[in-house]
Amino acid sequence: MKLPTLRIYTIAYLIFLYAPIIILPIFAFNNSTAVAFPLQGFTTQWFGQVWADPALREALKNSLIVAVSTSVLSTFFGILAARASTRYSFPGSGPVLGLIMLPMVLPEMIMAMALLVVFLSVGIPLSLFTIILGDVLICTPFAVAILTSAFQSLDRSLEEAAQDLGEGPFSTFYLVILPLVMPGIISATLICFTISIDEFIIANFLGSGQKLLSTYIFGQLRFPKNVPNIMALGTILVGVSIALLSLAEFFRRRGIAKTGAKDTGGFL
Amino acid sequence: MTVTTDKPTMIEFRDVHKYYGDYHALRGINATIKAGEFFSLLGPSGCGKTTLLRTIAGFEGISSGVVLIDGKDVAGIPPNNRPTNMVFQSYAIFPHLTVEQNVGFGLRKDPRSKEDKARAVDEALAMVGLSGYGKRAAHALSGGQRQRVALARALILKPKVLLLDEPLSALDKKLRENMQVELIKLQRQVGITFILVTHDQEEALVMSDRIAVMFEGEIAQLDDPETLYRLPKTRAVANFIGTMNFLPAKIIAEGAGKVEVEAQGFGRVILDEQKQVTGQTSPGGCTIGFRPETATILFEGQNAPDRESMATVEEVVYYGDMTYYDVRLDGTSEPMRLSMRNTFGRPVLDIGTRARIGWSPGALVMFR
Repeated sequence: MKLPTLRIYTIAYLIFLYAPIIILPIFAFNNSTAVAFPLQGFTTQWFGQVWADPALREALKNSLIVAVSTSVLSTFFGILAARASTRYSFPGSGPVLGLIMLPMVLPEMIMAMALLVVFLSVGIPLSLFTIILGDVLICTPFAVAILTSAFQSLDRSLEEAAQDLGEGPFSTFYLVILPLVMPGIISATLICFTISIDEFIIANFLGSGQKLLSTYIFGQLRFPKNVPNIMALGTILVGVSIALLSLAEFFRRRGIAKTGAKDTGGFL
Repeated sequence: MTVTTDKPTMIEFRDVHKYYGDYHALRGINATIKAGEFFSLLGPSGCGKTTLLRTIAGFEGISSGVVLIDGKDVAGIPPNNRPTNMVFQSYAIFPHLTVEQNVGFGLRKDPRSKEDKARAVDEALAMVGLSGYGKRAAHALSGGQRQRVALARALILKPKVLLLDEPLSALDKKLRENMQVELIKLQRQVGITFILVTHDQEEALVMSDRIAVMFEGEIAQLDDPETLYRLPKTRAVANFIGTMNFLPAKIIAEGAGKVEVEAQGFGRVILDEQKQVTGQTSPGGCTIGFRPETATILFEGQNAPDRESMATVEEVVYYGDMTYYDVRLDGTSEPMRLSMRNTFGRPVLDIGTRARIGWSPGALVMFR
């Protein structure tokens, strides 16, 4: 019998990808400070400890401030760029859009270092604000990508019809265009939020003393007795990320179904 | 067909040019459209008919010239401030709204009360035969229903001019024919000027009071459907509207409103300069044209109404109610298309049959 090579490859690939993530919830509920098999019984005490840790609460608060600000700003810039690139043609539109998308593939380390040098030389003190600036740079290309597909699937004549029926450019935008791209906007916001919450390099370089969830987790890994707490926190983050990404995809698909457009891919 | 000559002018184009970069899309359009007229812009794709329509709506600016709507120069007036409304080729129904929200979309700034507006929406829906559909989601409608919603949405604003951009091209044949009749009725009912863009010559002939045939950014001919069909100004127009056969010919004599020509296959004929001669005078040869249904194959015992020529059947296409014959007249090189109504007991001729062709000089057209 012929070996189902491709099938075995696929399964091995998926195990390699997801086994470490499955480890997280297993040890988050394991009643032992040592992350090792055999398991020692079920407990939820690590989750209690996570909740009780004031440093972690501070980091969570900071992370939320950064992620919310980043997702709102990135999505706003994304709307502007996506609208410009799909609706207007102007000299240099191709290169400009390319430059906006570049941070998606540039090494984050380089960007973080470059930003650090700029901030220090200009004299901007490092703070949550500088982290937000860095994260916006990273997240905006994702927002542009999602929103461009949303704006592209809009029939141009819908806009003309609204104008023809008496609406000016601004009322046309909020009466017709905005409702139709709203699923894309929600989806872009959620994805930017997820990326920002996960972001480590920017937070580490540009954060000064301010701890975010990612930098806090990294700091805690040095203390073996705190590792189960990190497992619990990681479990929560994985759960929230999956929920947010699913929600984002749900809105993207619903948007496509609503306008009757063709599905041209997405993140999930 | 309504007589439109005594009606006031609704739209006037004065030497309208439009460039897209180097591309000359509209090349000096001069035309007037009367109030209450059903007017069609007919032409192949890329002839500028949609561009011309969009200059009326205000979606396209013009490079030079003047567009007047109801006597007013509309240069610089955006679409939302023009007394025109448009039915888009894709219908452009707002997918996130219900049918009644779509139809009532243009009433947002209308000072009337909510109840009055709701009544107006109901009336508009009734007019297009969609009573009771108001609460439906727009994206759940069929093509024909979308078309009606688009019509109701435009007509509810009582525009001076309704612009229709190939509104029937997305419908299947049967539905299209029904909608043609409905649109004509609707136009008579509301009395608004309708301007239709179409590439379908049959649709234009059926629906219009007058038709502007456009080629390459110019109006080749502007006439009522009958004149357009009977006396096309150029061979291009003749070919675009229906089928026309052409025979090379020579002018023998001319004078007193008559032209005598010698046409290959038909021999000498005398034509009425007023009624049968078309196009600009050009030196050299001329062409004689005739429509497929104006000449007929004479069967056993039939006599020519007027003149008679001999021909050989070269191709037979059977359509049920009609048969198309390609026949070659003696002394000519190209076959001529004849269309014959099939009647009971009449045989369909075989290829190679010799046939007598009956024709009348009065049905001929001469192109200079």
